[in-house]
Amino acid sequence: MRFSFQSLRFALGIAVAAGAALLGPARAAAQGGEPQYFAIRGVTVVPVSGPRLENTTVIIARGVIKAVAKDATIPEEALVLEGKGLIVYPGFIDSFTDVGIPSAPAPSAGEGGSRPQPAASRGPEDRPGSTPWRTGADEASLSDKRVETWRSAGFTTVISAPKGGMFPGQASVLNLAGERNGDMVVRTPVAVPVSLLPAGNFGSFPGSLMGSLAYAHQVWLDTDWSMKAQAVYEKNPRGVARPRFDRTEEALAEALEDHALVLIPANNARQIRRALELADRWHVNGVLYGGQMSYEVAGEIAAKRLPVLVDLKWPEAEKDADPDEVPSLNTRRFRDRAPSSPGALAKAGVKFAFYSGAITAPKDILKAAKKSIDAGLSPDAAIRAFTLTPAEIFGVADRLGSIENGKIANLVVTDGDIFDEKTKIKFVFVDGRRFTIREPEKPKDPPKGDLTGKWKFSYTTPEGPEESTVDFVMASDGSLSGTLSSTRGNANIISGYLSADKFSFTINISIEGSPADVLFTGTFDGTAMKGSISVQGLDIEFTGTKPGVHQISEAGAQ
Amino acid sequence: MKTAKLTRVQLLICSALLASPASVFARASEAPAKAGESSPVILIQNATILTASHGTIEHGSILVKDGKIAEDAQVIDASGQFVMPGIIDCHSHIAIDGSVNEGSISVSSIVNIADVLNPDDVDIYRDLAGGVTVANVLHGSANAIGGQTIVIKLRWGQPASKLPFEGALPGIKFALGENPKRSNFRHGTTRYPATRMGVEETIRGAFAEARDYKAAWDLYNKRAAAGEKNLTPPRRDLRLDPLVEVLEGKRYVHSHCYREDEILMLLRVAKEFGFKVRTFQHVLEGYKVADEIAASGAGASTFSDWWAYKVEAYDAIPYNAALMTRRGVLVSVNSDDAEEATHLNQEAAKSIKFGGLSHDEALKLVTLNPAIQLGIDKRVGSIDAGKDADLVIYNRDPLSDYAVVQKTLIDGRVYFDRQHDIADRPAREKEKKALLDKEKKSEKKPETGEGAKKPGEKKSEEKKTEEKKPEEKPKPPQSAPVVFGGAR
Repeated sequence: MRFSFQSLRFALGIAVAAGAALLGPARAAAQGGEPQYFAIRGVTVVPVSGPRLENTTVIIARGVIKAVAKDATIPEEALVLEGKGLIVYPGFIDSFTDVGIPSAPAPSAGEGGSRPQPAASRGPEDRPGSTPWRTGADEASLSDKRVETWRSAGFTTVISAPKGGMFPGQASVLNLAGERNGDMVVRTPVAVPVSLLPAGNFGSFPGSLMGSLAYAHQVWLDTDWSMKAQAVYEKNPRGVARPRFDRTEEALAEALEDHALVLIPANNARQIRRALELADRWHVNGVLYGGQMSYEVAGEIAAKRLPVLVDLKWPEAEKDADPDEVPSLNTRRFRDRAPSSPGALAKAGVKFAFYSGAITAPKDILKAAKKSIDAGLSPDAAIRAFTLTPAEIFGVADRLGSIENGKIANLVVTDGDIFDEKTKIKFVFVDGRRFTIREPEKPKDPPKGDLTGKWKFSYTTPEGPEESTVDFVMASDGSLSGTLSSTRGNANIISGYLSADKFSFTINISIEGSPADVLFTGTFDGTAMKGSISVQGLDIEFTGTKPGVHQISEAGAQ
Repeated sequence: MKTAKLTRVQLLICSALLASPASVFARASEAPAKAGESSPVILIQNATILTASHGTIEHGSILVKDGKIAEDAQVIDASGQFVMPGIIDCHSHIAIDGSVNEGSISVSSIVNIADVLNPDDVDIYRDLAGGVTVANVLHGSANAIGGQTIVIKLRWGQPASKLPFEGALPGIKFALGENPKRSNFRHGTTRYPATRMGVEETIRGAFAEARDYKAAWDLYNKRAAAGEKNLTPPRRDLRLDPLVEVLEGKRYVHSHCYREDEILMLLRVAKEFGFKVRTFQHVLEGYKVADEIAASGAGASTFSDWWAYKVEAYDAIPYNAALMTRRGVLVSVNSDDAEEATHLNQEAAKSIKFGGLSHDEALKLVTLNPAIQLGIDKRVGSIDAGKDADLVIYNRDPLSDYAVVQKTLIDGRVYFDRQHDIADRPAREKEKKALLDKEKKSEKKPETGEGAKKPGEKKSEEKKTEEKKPEEKPKPPQSAPVVFGGAR
């Protein structure tokens, strides 16, 4: 759910209008009116398409890379960035996600809390869970908070598709920046993701894995039949019943004519083997996604020459698992060996790319890839799996994925090896637009007390009194993380701290489709919090109290 | 000439055995062997051989070559264990990925068990340990016409593509009575049918459709063969394709049933549409209509002594298998359950007490008879030269309660070896512990950054990510009041 302050903003119309002058420049600093030409001088370049270049200058002009050379002429209008001690990588690509596509708003509890149940599907003819006409490009929005968090972690591009259902919609290549939503789109559509999770249950088809598979088989057959029947009909429509129109078939037929890739789920060995057979049976250009047990079947994948998108959310033990429930040896082996899959794929000569899967904190994506490096994958191969390989798989290697003259200026500038935990990302360029990465604020003094736990924040907006629940996790140095939930939605704490008795933390919300920071500052007297909330030049007083430890958050139920 | 040659081979093997005792098995039981590896030559000696087809051979030996039982097995005078043909379970639900039922629709012939074979299901190994070598893996009984089914060999350790019994005809599950009409379904459903009449009509309706579909294809093929241009073929319908195969005799019907009336109903419907029922499954009132079943040529695959667990099972008697056998019905005893399958030898033995079947007749209930019912008796079901070396070695007469499986062979390869299993346990426990320790160690490593899990973080979020665990197959809750999966 998007955190919406729309009603708040409406109520505060006057205040915001007054602050518009303030707001305008603030936005311009982030997006418009900024330099179009950059020269990163004396930098180490990891082009991916070729060997590493030391002491090189990278010229960016109006969104594209203009030169990568030691003696490149720096245009007069260029903003020169000293690159000494820095490394430039191609912008990283998350090769299968829904980042950039805000999820549909959940129903509010006030309206009854539940969505109307869709009618039960009685068979394949009802096209359960099928909306392949949707595309990531159509639904891309800069208002998705993850656009910024992913970008700040070095991801300039995502292969994004709508989620939900068996044929949820087609994937598009999106850049994670722009002034309008359409600016994000690099290429669309590029792939048809398929899910085999049953869309239904005991009362609605399909309610089983075999039902999902049967449905998928039938849909591909229908699509093929539909294309042929339509062609025959167009030749001679007289006296023949016309073939039916079906939106699912129509969308898939178009995708197939476009030689679109079909993404097939395949995580463990038997799913991978099954998926290899499915690609043949469906007569599609298959790409496997999941791939975490590839260490067992890399040779078989290589023999079929199918690429693999590797899910970086490695299997792990449930943190609150029942201690009496002992995981099987196979489960343990899988948890232990999953990160060795990319190495096995590389060795077998399989083309593979990384994707974030269920990872919610983008910094964990690189950490997960590091596990694969520790398990035998070369760092160069890991970088390739985040850059040129996904660009190749999705047919955009002519414009993305490496640092070469003429390619889109998607770059990540770091102060060290990107897989080193101590490395900081200094800048990210998306379409030649520079983003400076905000460092999380660090506390100056040791914290006095512990904010960890659930808090109730009370404040009064021009609409009347309101409450939010804040779930803090405080590290020993006073750094804060956690979530804020209110009737308006949920938001994560981007950065924050408790330094002595002073706290300060920031959340990022969406106001009318644009991201906005909300800053909370104040003092903590050991039992209660008191301070002010600042958003778009507007300040509101608030107080925070800590209800009983066992009290359950009301907002959590949404 | 031939005999002499074989004897030489045997002598060689015998001397190898003498030189290093049990070396043949030791090598063979590096099971599961890798796909494509040729099976070893094995000599099983000094055993009591229960052939299932031609009586018992005391102190016999079996020579296994190229996965088959070789001819002219030399009889060696020695005492030993009991060898019988691998047990064939004519009604199994093991090795299925995901739900056993596509329970949403009354005619679910579109789904196929062959699509979702799960070679990692540990029940395969457990059933091997009970002497089972072949299983007829069926869709559940939620629907009047259920999913397509497949016969597999329990080649534990091989990928799914190596499980199917080569050349065995596929089947389709039908279900009559309480389950498809949803009498036991408590959550309220509006699905048709709700009566036995409706079940009959559902099956008739589906076959009427299949008949029309077949006619449309026949007409199209005829016109296309005549050179007609601009023809649009009929739309392939994966739901009707298997029913056409039933009409053409290319697919067996295995029908779940209980009561005599519904058994006769299906025989009438089959006659009307011109197909055969290959087996009646459970068929607990089969003894009442044994003559009609025998006359139709259908087999009966039943339970040994379960009854009264639901209303349509009140008239069941443990004499069912014996009575039907005496009336000329080809009878097998099945498990319908992974645990039950681990002692089908005992289930077969019960028909000696209930109904007085002979030792051989009882043995056939789980070997040769189900092989004939599944159309695979040329390959398996008895110990005869030329048949697949699917064999079970027991320490005692397998029809004894005290018999324990020592080794199970499929295609001449040892897939279960009791001594090996016991010997391997400490190493497995050690690996398990080592992996757990490693996991705990890495958990303790201090983590930093946004993604670091800290105590007090919301549990619900962690659960969500755990749902993606790929190797956990969803299973129906064990304590559910009514279990449809594998429902009896």
